[in-house]
Amino acid sequence: MTGAEQFPELHPPFTSQEAVVEANRCLYCFDAPCANACPTHIDVPRFIKKIATGNLKGSAETILDANILGLSCSRVCPVDILCEGACVMHAHSRNPIEIGRLQRHAMEHFYAGGAKRAGPVAETRFKVACVGAGPASLSCAAELRAQGVAVTIFDRKTRGGGLNTFGVAEYKFRASDSDREVEFIRSLGVEFRYDVEVGADIAFEELERDYDAIFLGAGLGKARPLGVPGEDLGGVIDALTFIASYKTGQKVKVGRRVVVVGGGNTAIDATIAAKLLGAEEVTMIYRRGEHVMPAFAFEYEHAKREGVRFLWHTHVTRINGGERVENVICQPAREVECEMVIIAAGQISDGRVAVNPVTGQSDRPKYFAGGDCVNGGREVVDAVAEGKRAAKGILQWLT
Amino acid sequence: MADLTTRFAGRIECPNPFWLASGPPANCGDQVMRAFDAGWGGAVWKTLGEPIVNVSSRYSSVDLNGVRMMGLNNIELITDRPLDLNLREIGEVKRRYPKHAVIASLMVESTREAWHEIVKRAEGVGSDGLELNFGCPHGMSERGMGSAVGQVPEYASMITEWVVEVAKTPVLVKLTPNISDIRASARAAKRGGAHGLSAINTINSITGIDLDTLVPRPNVGGMSAHGGYCGPAVKPIALHMVQQVMGDAESALPLSGIGGVSTWRDAAEFILLGCESVQACTAPMHYGFRIVEDWIDGLSHWMDEKGFHTLEDFRGLSLPKVTEWKHLDLNYKIVAKIHEDKCIGCQLCYAACWDGAHQCIHRRNGDHGDWITSTPMVREVSHATPPERIPYVDEHECVGCNLCALVCPVEGCITMERVDQGLAPQSWAERTA
Repeated sequence: MTGAEQFPELHPPFTSQEAVVEANRCLYCFDAPCANACPTHIDVPRFIKKIATGNLKGSAETILDANILGLSCSRVCPVDILCEGACVMHAHSRNPIEIGRLQRHAMEHFYAGGAKRAGPVAETRFKVACVGAGPASLSCAAELRAQGVAVTIFDRKTRGGGLNTFGVAEYKFRASDSDREVEFIRSLGVEFRYDVEVGADIAFEELERDYDAIFLGAGLGKARPLGVPGEDLGGVIDALTFIASYKTGQKVKVGRRVVVVGGGNTAIDATIAAKLLGAEEVTMIYRRGEHVMPAFAFEYEHAKREGVRFLWHTHVTRINGGERVENVICQPAREVECEMVIIAAGQISDGRVAVNPVTGQSDRPKYFAGGDCVNGGREVVDAVAEGKRAAKGILQWLT
Repeated sequence: MADLTTRFAGRIECPNPFWLASGPPANCGDQVMRAFDAGWGGAVWKTLGEPIVNVSSRYSSVDLNGVRMMGLNNIELITDRPLDLNLREIGEVKRRYPKHAVIASLMVESTREAWHEIVKRAEGVGSDGLELNFGCPHGMSERGMGSAVGQVPEYASMITEWVVEVAKTPVLVKLTPNISDIRASARAAKRGGAHGLSAINTINSITGIDLDTLVPRPNVGGMSAHGGYCGPAVKPIALHMVQQVMGDAESALPLSGIGGVSTWRDAAEFILLGCESVQACTAPMHYGFRIVEDWIDGLSHWMDEKGFHTLEDFRGLSLPKVTEWKHLDLNYKIVAKIHEDKCIGCQLCYAACWDGAHQCIHRRNGDHGDWITSTPMVREVSHATPPERIPYVDEHECVGCNLCALVCPVEGCITMERVDQGLAPQSWAERTA
């Protein structure tokens, strides 16, 4: 089975005619709530009306003007609580405009046409280093490039895109699509240096010497362990490693019964992926209740549709097994047999970077930051917004 | 159930006022019989004359926001079938459907002999009436027929006289809208002795240009020619011309209304302006003959609701309600009212009033508070309209133009409310008398 067959897309793309019909449904609100409800403030009615008139190029440019990662955001944004949640059609007792799918339509057209975008009007003498090649850095770098700043992105991995490449569920956004976006940012003139860990392979002092400003978009640290006995058994894996392995084409054997521990969106992603990879029985164990879990309502609904089982108000107290996991013991007393345990208890943040929310500047003036390392782990669109704001902050500070 | 029976010009009888207009749907006997089976009351046969040769393609349309064929344009000529065949089929249809109306549309060269000949032949096979095609705006007009006749009142009058000389059935003259005042040709037809009129024929048009090939549509081997425009888009123009004709004593005759009739509602409007029957072509071309079922049903139910038993009970009732601008009451005032419970906060009324009207709809404040900088930490959002997004009307400044109510996507959300100014009605004519 190929990846595409195993992980069919959650929302199929529009055909041209479907897109025009949907675009024509948009009322073209004044001071549109959908645009206000986007952290990057894409001018939604404007890009939608351009789809209706067949001006797909202009539509993509409108999107990219506000959000350089318009493709991934069109796929992974929680639109129900953002743009589509704010659509006035709800109050009109109609389905909201499918803004995410329309944005994808325009962006797919843009990438199919070679993803070309005009470079800066003039080069400046400034050089900025971005640490981490995830969404925040990509956004910051693109914004700086557009203003003629020379940008180098450093990442310890050998492939860019950060969690867009390694952490987003494959049925939402494929790693190969994330590569297209990274390639697009490179085409804007951004330099990528992979396999370089700043702080180990290259010292921060060196960056400070060679660059006018440094943007930290390094994301969060390692996965947070549960801290219970048996976590080192075979078959116990953290959710991000699990998702990254199947996304990068590694063979992942999930076993017949899988337990996922956690209540966030990543936990949900892991349960669904386990199902799609062949697990018969997937149980999500969360220490609190259904109504307070951090996962979005639509994610929870999706997991239910896939047949995931849920144990609420339940703690895992130990993981049992010989060489490999055999069961987990819970409190209140319960034993769940399984061949695999996926832990989705979040990532360790080694102290968030504190910045001015408007400029992204830290208390060390040369350092700016954005994305998960600042906000503790939010959406891609938040990383893009913060990267963009920091780029503006950097330019303001430099000039 | 209301009675839809129609007696056009007192002589052409049929079960209802819905006629196929002379055009592609009334091209042959098989079509007309199937239309009658579906419920159509009559048909005006595709124009008889010397058979012509057509081109392909022939039609082009204007779509609006994804809705197909809001307007249709054609460059098809009169019938391309042998006259004998058409006549034989008219006879057959009349034998099989004696209660339905079959009207022969006619167009021949402008000689008395030619017209006498075609009138006799059409009536000879049993046509219930004749419709003189003085309106076809494309192709035939280049050969001195169709609208080339209709645009010159003297010709129209003369040919009508020739026809009436020999006709035993009612003679209708079909009017072209491609003239500065349609009453000129209507009066000419009446002077010539016509028993009825039909209006309007199609409007000269170029529907659009293919932005890839730069060839206007319809494309005939890389070239195009102007055609005749019809369909829902032309209804307002047709209604106006119907009103002009029926409001003019020198023009008014039994009238068959044509132009964008797409529903029973449109038909009722034409009848309210005085039409005795209505004709349709684009609608059956778009959806087939079956659409007439709703027309019969819908018109009957509406008549029942309104207490109208026959078409005559409401025919022409709206005519006296059209007057000249100078007689309208300058002291009648309405203002817009936004029903906040229905408002969805799209603010289209604000944009329209501010940019397109009189700047009297305002937003509650500059900052609407819904501007976010990061994804909210909620699982679900409220879909109620935030009160600050609901605009308000400055009634003192509102001129009562209707624009906000027209652009509002929610039914009943903006209504226009009467304001009593305590002034007696006064028109411009009275004020300047």
